[in-house]
Amino acid sequence: MKRRDFLAGLAGGLALPGLAFAADDWLDPLAAAIAKGAPVRKGRVRVELPQLADNGNSVPIRITVESPMSEADHVKSIHLYSERNPVSNMANFYLGPRAGRAEINSRVRLAGSQRVTAVAALSDGTFWYDVAAIVVTLSACLDES
Amino acid sequence: MTARIQVPAKVMRGEIVEVRVLIQHPMETGYRHDDVGHLIKRNVINVLSCRYNGVEVFRADLSSGIAANPYVQFYTVADQSGELEFTWIDDEGKQGSERQSIQVT
Repeated sequence: MKRRDFLAGLAGGLALPGLAFAADDWLDPLAAAIAKGAPVRKGRVRVELPQLADNGNSVPIRITVESPMSEADHVKSIHLYSERNPVSNMANFYLGPRAGRAEINSRVRLAGSQRVTAVAALSDGTFWYDVAAIVVTLSACLDES
Repeated sequence: MTARIQVPAKVMRGEIVEVRVLIQHPMETGYRHDDVGHLIKRNVINVLSCRYNGVEVFRADLSSGIAANPYVQFYTVADQSGELEFTWIDDEGKQGSERQSIQVT
């Protein structure tokens, strides 16, 4: 184990006790609503966030979806949800077969330690999701900066 | 609003190209106060879209949950030479656009 990984894990472990961050099947209820009742299954989507962010104002995020991105089978949209931000739906990305690869990189604002959910809507009508937990030391400003 | 957009200038036909967009914008959340205690109005880029020779290949709805000076990276298949046109609009109705040409060999 690299020293960096060890330290990040240690910091995460110390900050976590108050929050139940288990790698379970938790799905943000607001994110589930996007499917309008259709089942949202875990898998195919991958959300990558750093384990720890010193500052929530700009946190790099990568969302990848396993998909051939062909005319018959592609990702139509990717929806990003935050558990604690005042605006839960952080962003929606609309792709198509012309994208070639279902991957988005961006930077988000996070108001505190939380779980971030990404839901992907596929052309065959199925919905998939993934959740990533992150510890944010200094929350993105809600009042004074 | 200035933007930095990176698209490879020359690519092979059918290649998946990486498109990187960085727009200079405060992405004001609407939750902050100014020096005299008045709330600063929300001003974020709502929509960012990319058209490849007139056909929309990517669109994003952004919110205050996206960091200031929004950065978005996505992919598209280079099928013909032409132009990638990026447009975006913020809450104040200000529109921005940028064009990048791409040469497919």
